Amino acid sequence: MHEYSIVASLIDRVEREASAHEGARVHKLHVSIGKLAGVELDLLAVAFETFRDRTVCKDAELTIRTVEPLWACPSCERRLARGAILRCESCGRPATMTQGDEIILERIEMEAPHV
Amino acid sequence: MCETCGCGDPEIVPIEVQERILSDNDAQAAHNRQHFEGLGVLAINLMGSPGAGKTAVLEATAREAGGRLELGAVSGDLATDRDADRLNASGIVSATITTGSACHLDARLVHHALHHFPSQSCDVFFIENVGNLVCPAIYDLGQAENVVALSVTEGEDKPLKYPVMFQKADLVLLTKVDLVPHLDFDVAAVEDALARVMPNAAMLKVSAKTGEGIPEWLSWLERRRPAKQADDRPHAHHHHHDHG
Repeated sequence: MHEYSIVASLIDRVEREASAHEGARVHKLHVSIGKLAGVELDLLAVAFETFRDRTVCKDAELTIRTVEPLWACPSCERRLARGAILRCESCGRPATMTQGDEIILERIEMEAPHV
Repeated sequence: MCETCGCGDPEIVPIEVQERILSDNDAQAAHNRQHFEGLGVLAINLMGSPGAGKTAVLEATAREAGGRLELGAVSGDLATDRDADRLNASGIVSATITTGSACHLDARLVHHALHHFPSQSCDVFFIENVGNLVCPAIYDLGQAENVVALSVTEGEDKPLKYPVMFQKADLVLLTKVDLVPHLDFDVAAVEDALARVMPNAAMLKVSAKTGEGIPEWLSWLERRRPAKQADDRPHAHHHHHDHG
């Protein structure tokens, strides 16, 4: 249940941003979560509902963009299919994940005269 | 107030952040890493299910090292000191990080433990994570290497079921291999599963009971030890933070 600790970090970050903008009201949070980030989206949503009371996020909507995992060869950039052996078929190098493990706060929508 | 038409609706402004939500943990982990590297300590984040044999592998490691290496460990444990007691008895200087209900260690917990740790002169420092194949994978602790213990009784498909854990692993220790003759466990199948989730798949077969594979594991560790710095006094780098 590390989703609770992720939500706690998220709300901390939003509170810092809101106070930097003189306590603006937060309307919406946009986060992106990779499908191989190890985060359960349902649990994240439940954790957010639980923790946002009495925080700057109490009226904020959480929108989550999920990101498909992609693997590619670091030298020839050839894409690997999901579930394939994670080595480049042509040069044999270990693949690198180009996306799909992110846990990112992308954007906050705030109501503020001082933004 | 909306300045476009004066309708009275509040103006909504987007603030671009584009930052990792766990960036505070990342910063603390970077600090821990600086500690370890400054002291010439190889830090290993040892993860795996409850009962995968993490503590038993460390006990066998201490037996094999036989005093050649100074070993230290902190063990994440929900409620007891049992792992740390076992490790201390085996000759590994050890302490517990009691996590309560938390399912993983984070960089702050490890940092706190480092400042209360009885020794600063370890060659290899094991961070024995809470037994769990999910949550620990996403928290950087400042380790040099992630090692995942997977026991043969857990089944060959675990890497495919828990890809996040295994994709972060630098090495998988396949533990309890002395049991293979008694099980329908296919070592080739687990190797295949690992190759599909772990780009630079590396696995060592070990048995804490018979000692099989433990010398190879110890060599793996020795090869990764950083050079001891000339000035390896504890806390050689300057601290800007509060060690409360």
